[in-house]
Amino acid sequence: MLYRESGQFKTSYKADMAIFPIRQDLWGLITTLIVAVVIVPLFASEHMIVGYLLPFMIWSIAAIGLNILTGYAGQLSLGHGAFMAVGAYSAYNLAVRIPDLPLLAVFIGAGLIAAACGVVVGSPSLRIKGFYLAVATLAAQFFSEWVFATFPWFVGGAASMVIDTPKMSLFGYPIESNLDNYFLVLGFVIVTTLLAKNLVRSEIGRAWMAVRDMDVAAEVIGIRPLYTKLSAFAVSSFFAGIAGALYAFCYVKSVDFTAFDLFVSLKVLFMIIIGGMGSILGCFLGAAFIVILPILLNVAAHHLTGGNVSPELITNIEHMTFGGLIVYFLIVEPHGLARMWTTAKEKLRLWPFPH
Amino acid sequence: MIRKLLVSLVSGLMLTATAGMSVMAAEEKSDPNKEQFFPVLSYWSGPFAPGGSGIAGGWMDYMALLNIRDGGVNGVKLTWEKCDFGYVTERAVECYERLKNKGKHGAAVFWPMSTGTTYALMERAHKDKKVLLHMGYGRTDATDGRVFPYAFPAMTNYWNQSSAKLRYIAQLEGGEGNLKGKKIVNLHLKHPYGIETIPVWDKLAARFGFEVTHLPVPWPGIDQKSLWLQIRKIKPDYVINRNWGVSCTVPLREAARIGFPRDHIIGVWWCGSEEDVIPAGKSAKGYITATFHATGPDFPVIQEIFEHVYGNMKGNLSAARVGSVYYNRGVAGAIVTMEALRNAQAKFGNVALSGEQYRWGMENFNLTAERIEELGATGILPPFSMKCDDHEGSGQVRFQQWDGTKWSMISDWIAPYHELTRKMILDSAAKYAKEKGITPRSGDSMGSDCG
Repeated sequence: MLYRESGQFKTSYKADMAIFPIRQDLWGLITTLIVAVVIVPLFASEHMIVGYLLPFMIWSIAAIGLNILTGYAGQLSLGHGAFMAVGAYSAYNLAVRIPDLPLLAVFIGAGLIAAACGVVVGSPSLRIKGFYLAVATLAAQFFSEWVFATFPWFVGGAASMVIDTPKMSLFGYPIESNLDNYFLVLGFVIVTTLLAKNLVRSEIGRAWMAVRDMDVAAEVIGIRPLYTKLSAFAVSSFFAGIAGALYAFCYVKSVDFTAFDLFVSLKVLFMIIIGGMGSILGCFLGAAFIVILPILLNVAAHHLTGGNVSPELITNIEHMTFGGLIVYFLIVEPHGLARMWTTAKEKLRLWPFPH
Repeated sequence: MIRKLLVSLVSGLMLTATAGMSVMAAEEKSDPNKEQFFPVLSYWSGPFAPGGSGIAGGWMDYMALLNIRDGGVNGVKLTWEKCDFGYVTERAVECYERLKNKGKHGAAVFWPMSTGTTYALMERAHKDKKVLLHMGYGRTDATDGRVFPYAFPAMTNYWNQSSAKLRYIAQLEGGEGNLKGKKIVNLHLKHPYGIETIPVWDKLAARFGFEVTHLPVPWPGIDQKSLWLQIRKIKPDYVINRNWGVSCTVPLREAARIGFPRDHIIGVWWCGSEEDVIPAGKSAKGYITATFHATGPDFPVIQEIFEHVYGNMKGNLSAARVGSVYYNRGVAGAIVTMEALRNAQAKFGNVALSGEQYRWGMENFNLTAERIEELGATGILPPFSMKCDDHEGSGQVRFQQWDGTKWSMISDWIAPYHELTRKMILDSAAKYAKEKGITPRSGDSMGSDCG
């Protein structure tokens, strides 16, 4: 009833192949965009923006990257943190060594360098699969940490091997306040999401999914595994690189070699597992679950107890509830939060007369 | 039926709790002009909880002491809220944003409590005009206050600590001339905090003609067997233990295994707490570490905390930890924080102050020996003063030794090689200013004489 698409007739192929063929989805998206672009900047507090939204959006981009590789192309990777690190350090070096480079070029350049690294790291995927590939990509993780901890060239010679991101300006407008950073990241989120959504609907996206479902069969019907797998690695790392650069420049504003450790790779993997493999919406849901939920739980526990209990108790409540929720959601819907949303849509379609 | 009962029981309990809390909140309402808010960012959970809880406990206990004994600072009540970030920088940024606008003019001063957090908050705090007090950690080059107007490594920083360690070693060896040909191993955590002092040791080695080997300990440093094999081969005269958390304890056990004398291991102050040595048992006996404050409960101020705070059941830590290394570090930091508040109040009046006003109090800070005596804290911290281009002040370091049951102070305040570190600090700060596009302050700037 609420979610019925009857009466929405498609009269052309173009309409049938639209990115959001159901009108309710389109409205939902437009509402979200209006909230993000107008309502949030007008009403959200700085805590809301920096504490919740900035990390949520940046991790969403990273999750989209990994979801393309793991969820769509079926290549398991534990090196996502390494590509984020490459993105962050490349952006720093591009910005500092070429001071006249426009900001957008810095971020896109960082993404491209990360993509190149992704192709190199992904090349074993032509020979090995599954868990073995995960272990091979793990090498990238440790290698990147070692490189950025060992060679001062990458950090501009700082004794502590920490980089401080330089000042940013976009077309002459300085990006300083939290709101400026929010808009910059939001812009990247919109563009990367659109890009990802269209990529997975296009020929290359279908090739990725074919390789994921059965690579021998895909090869037989004429899909080149070399090109398909490596392009998945390149696109995935490109997204990771942009996310890493945004993380460094817009969020933490300082990065060292411990910032993108193995736990970061695992964190992104958990996001797409909980959010939903092979779903762009799932990336956002997963990122929200991993990034925002613990903070919400912490704040809620703090308010419920009035701040009168010891802080380690609050943290432990947070950890226990969070862990319990992970188990709960994985039992209720092993295919992730995105699948829950699909099921809910099906139910809404029939509501209030289920059969 | 049972389910219904349970639901009503839980909701009833929650209602009572909420009602109770709102009553409490009503009782606590008071004049916001006469309250100074302090955000307590720290870690009570995670692998470094002993350090975080101890320091924050000392800080909050000192504030509680002032509230209970004196009714606050000059009639301004001290309030605070805790935020546990578990040593995770991302969560610390969230905590910072959560707490920065509490109180009349927002929080005035933050203790970032980790080197990573200090770096992450540097730009934010500068923009929001909040003081960052990172005592004995954080950015060393923030000592140059012309470039870092809101950051204060007050008392001492890592580079000066390292050079003070060398001066101490020279004392043990009977003069700087005897350093020639000696071998020192810098056993450091492979972490920004750990590698930061490498250039200082290299410079010192070149100047005094000793040989230094840097051995990185991979994070988190639980297994250091291969490193100690190397140390056995090198046969150094001294080993610098620059670790954090559990990696501080491991070298003591390994040294005992290969028979390296423990009183030739000189630890950083983050490796010099009871929590670091007790797990090593007998192996820790004789171990020496640097510190920038005295340890132990035998100081009037600590005794007063016992009497007023723990006597009234208002303590923020288990009473057994009062007087421990981390606790006293928190008290020493709290004394500096509160004396700077008094200083700022003297200029701006006894009301809630903003971060900018508080900064003035830090930058025109002068803690005299008489005042320390008055506070009952003689020995806990040295007399020192800060100014625009020197946000560190003293740089002096003391040394303590573990006798198997407690730390005892074995040296007086030892000065670092200022002339060597000062140049490095200025160079590093100038590089930061260039990258960030900051013009260093000069002349009469923000109420201070910046030369």
